[in-house]
Amino acid sequence: MADKLTLDIVTPYGSVFSDDVDEVVAPGTEGEFGVLPGHVPFITTLNIGILTYKKGGSTGYVFVNSGYAEVTDDRVLILADSAEKAEDIDVERAKAAMKRAEERMKKQDEIDFARAQAALQRAVTRIETAKKAGRG
Amino acid sequence: MATLRDIKRRINSVKSTAKITRAMKMVSAAKLRRAQERMFALRPYAEKIGEVLSSLSQPVEQDIHPLLMPRPRKTVEVLILTSDKGLCGAFNSNVIKAGVNLINRLKSEGFEVSISTIGRKARDYFKRRGVELREVWTGLSGKITYSSAQDIARNLMEHYMDETFDEVHLVYNEFKTVVAQKVVELKLLPIAPVEHETEKEKEMKDFLFEPSEEEVFNRLLPKSIEILVYRALLESQASEEAARMTAMENATTNAEDMIDRLTLEYNKARQASITKELMDIVGGAEALKE
Repeated sequence: MADKLTLDIVTPYGSVFSDDVDEVVAPGTEGEFGVLPGHVPFITTLNIGILTYKKGGSTGYVFVNSGYAEVTDDRVLILADSAEKAEDIDVERAKAAMKRAEERMKKQDEIDFARAQAALQRAVTRIETAKKAGRG
Repeated sequence: MATLRDIKRRINSVKSTAKITRAMKMVSAAKLRRAQERMFALRPYAEKIGEVLSSLSQPVEQDIHPLLMPRPRKTVEVLILTSDKGLCGAFNSNVIKAGVNLINRLKSEGFEVSISTIGRKARDYFKRRGVELREVWTGLSGKITYSSAQDIARNLMEHYMDETFDEVHLVYNEFKTVVAQKVVELKLLPIAPVEHETEKEKEMKDFLFEPSEEEVFNRLLPKSIEILVYRALLESQASEEAARMTAMENATTNAEDMIDRLTLEYNKARQASITKELMDIVGGAEALKE
């Protein structure tokens, strides 16, 4: 059994993260789940949320925008629509996006509402991710 | 014979054309590099999604998802992917030719064909000929995003599901190298069954699914179509810039050749006029002597 996990986060825009870590907590659609080395093979869909990983003594945060996770014995593969490491998040932009989404939600259009809600969730999660990493 | 001034004017005009084509070549080279980078960036994602799909396909029954199931073909959708702008050699005419061939072949086999286009060039081609288009996307050149690919893919899947058509073919330029683009026909829907893995790999993967295998599969399959469309868009974009680069390079070379030829002609004409003037002077001097 492996004692390390290889965490790969890839998006259509490129690979965001690829490194050996000790532990991963990811936002599954059925709730957050934690992965340690030696986990059973497991595939799940992901929500918009924050992925946390621990490596040595330090903890890292990555914003993940829906997608899939494939877990095998010593490997966690995240396929996300988009993803950003906490230190790469553009907080100002996320704040602007949040305002935009809130304004759009005030209008009573059903399709727009759902879209705006998703946009709002993304923006808020981005900001939270950045905050966790001690920014913003 | 053209006068000196005429030739001079032509030379200047060709020179400024060469300046433009040279600049366009540089611009295309820069854009090509960016398009290539995005293609490379997508590659790991596309590969991994293929991996996940293939680890899924084994235990899943084929009839679990309509996107996987071939059905009797009545109407076939042909989607032709061109650029919005011209000046890129045979780039657009090649795809359109291949698309029209495919359409004719399908028609001769007795299928109904519905046509959609991406890019202004294909749209204009069919509009000029009075061909009805099912769907038209334009304005993507240079600003392809994943969500634009998503829009196209979703439209295709939606109309595949409501049986507007029973098969989808995408015709586009694949990026081989900077000097070679290849027109390919890709069957997007129904999705071809994923290739089976080797025995050993199969044993290793006995996955748990959350929320359910079906749910994961249902979300993953459309994603793979989106990826195929996104990739085709990027490939086409890179091909377009590469084709434009080659075309502009040729244009620049031709312009330089022409400048050389015109300069020669100019010098000849100048020489001739000098000789003529000399003759006049000599002739005049001789006449004075007598």
